[in-house]
Amino acid sequence: MAERMGFFTDTSVCIGCKACEVACKEWNQLPDDGFVFEATSYDNTGMLGASTWRHVAFIEQARPAPDGDDGVERWLMSSDVCKHCTHAACLDVCPTGALFRTEFDTVVVQSDICNGCGYCVPACPFGVIDRREEDGRAWKCTMCYDRQRGGLEPACAKACPTDSIQFGPLDELRSRAEERVARLRADGREEARLYGESPSDGVGGAGAFFLLLDEPEVYGLPPDPVVTTRDLPALWRWAGAAAVSAAGAVALAFLGPRGWGGSRGRGRWGGSRGLPGSHGVLGSRGGGGR
Amino acid sequence: MTRERAVVPEAEFRSYYGRPVIKPPIWHEPHMPTYLYLGGMSGVSSMMAVMARLTGRDRLAGTARVAAAAGAAFGAALLAAELGRPERFLNMLRIFKPTSPMSVGSWILAAQGGLSAAALVGPLDGASPGGLPDVLPGVRTGGPDGPLAGVLRPLGDAALLASGVTGPLTATYTAVLVADTAVPAWHEAYRELPFLFAGSAMAAAGAVSMLGTPRAHAGPARAVAVLGAAMETVAGEAMERRLGFLGEPYRTGRAGRLMRTARALTAGGGLLAVVAGRSRTLTALSGLALTAGSLCTRFGILEAGRASAADPKYTVVPQRRRLDAARERQDS
Repeated sequence: MAERMGFFTDTSVCIGCKACEVACKEWNQLPDDGFVFEATSYDNTGMLGASTWRHVAFIEQARPAPDGDDGVERWLMSSDVCKHCTHAACLDVCPTGALFRTEFDTVVVQSDICNGCGYCVPACPFGVIDRREEDGRAWKCTMCYDRQRGGLEPACAKACPTDSIQFGPLDELRSRAEERVARLRADGREEARLYGESPSDGVGGAGAFFLLLDEPEVYGLPPDPVVTTRDLPALWRWAGAAAVSAAGAVALAFLGPRGWGGSRGRGRWGGSRGLPGSHGVLGSRGGGGR
Repeated sequence: MTRERAVVPEAEFRSYYGRPVIKPPIWHEPHMPTYLYLGGMSGVSSMMAVMARLTGRDRLAGTARVAAAAGAAFGAALLAAELGRPERFLNMLRIFKPTSPMSVGSWILAAQGGLSAAALVGPLDGASPGGLPDVLPGVRTGGPDGPLAGVLRPLGDAALLASGVTGPLTATYTAVLVADTAVPAWHEAYRELPFLFAGSAMAAAGAVSMLGTPRAHAGPARAVAVLGAAMETVAGEAMERRLGFLGEPYRTGRAGRLMRTARALTAGGGLLAVVAGRSRTLTALSGLALTAGSLCTRFGILEAGRASAADPKYTVVPQRRRLDAARERQDS
């Protein structure tokens, strides 16, 4: 396997130009998002989806000024993307094997296999993958698998004019990000923090991680995402207990107090023993066939 | 859990313009919840058919066999229709993948569908279907003929016995399927959901066999229905209590209305089943109420999942609390 490749999105230098959204659409030939005016700052794609594989979020933060005027104190802009998790829920739950892990340790849907079951959609703790209804299949960022195989960097990273989106070997990106956070903090920007970089988080670390300037939920990201398949043993244990309980309850209904048994409760094991007259419809037909 | 947890601290909670963090389940109505009902009904009907066969209750066994096979067949058809690419439904059996409850479930359903259909051939045999064949030592053979008259009956009985294993799995794996998602009201309910589903399935299967079997032969079906209604009611109550704040989606809006209706129908139908033995009218009322209750439960579960995914507070608040608790533990 080749080296694990990733994205480091440094939102502190994002200028909200959306070149990444456009480049992604162009290269991957994605359909439009519906040209919706969201009335949420300059955001008009809302969130990641089947046809939106890069989404630029705009957050205008206001601080009440002394003269009573609410001025915009700062803008936060961030280009969101599939996290290509180390432990990817979408990949875990995909029943057809359409989702697979590539030689670059990224997570990609094979569109010729996907049957559109939709299980990956609510499984993703980041709300990334979605089904394209007119097409019936699930789609998401491939980290430009085709370009990577050709030795090129993904279209979004290529198009980013400020290097807010950086592409490269994940280890290298992580150490670069540590340095960047340390420098920002030294410059007095205490709020700078990394998101998704730690292999000890609930998804085993993301292949696409971020430098944020506020809490993750402000950007629409889950503060503590977890791959729910890690709880599968417990889930099956409880289901097993329920299955055994149900089987026990059904058995009780048939073998329990005589009153429950109805007219055929005479003999527990084969109520028709020695009682040929008590056969049902099928029984008497069998007798007639002799 | 505690009273404090039931209070939503709106002030602490931040989001991106109130947008959801996760995607809601995209499964359709009526396909997905109706499948949950049919799959559960089929699974428990198989268990009932096995028990009825073992105890020589042929009329009840016949009804339960047909219910099991029909439920699995129609359920599978609904699942195929639910796919974005229905023509590719066989891709479900392309691999076996233990990490995917849907893959495991597809194999369970395939086995349940095949076995419950194969079990139908048993009663077609010319020999009497009064008991199990000699292959099980200590258990008598049925029918006045004594020895086996054909091959259909042993084949059908073998399939029926095997469906006694796939049945309970069919009735409960769907709880694992929905709980293994990022949907907060589903995942956090993983302890009680299987019991809720199993109870709902028992009530549904009991109801079908009550309605499809002469009353004199339907005693055990009524008992299954009563026990199922009790299990569903207790599991549902326990779930909502333990979930606290995350139980809200089960209590409010359309999901709340469906779950309350389900609770009333199930409890009412269960109580009626206790006394319905002698009356045709009461049996019909009870069976219909239990069927409607089980369906309402399944539609309510889907709706509650959607509601809990659509509001970011259900995703953000518990995760933020978890982080804060971990931080406090680290500091102390």
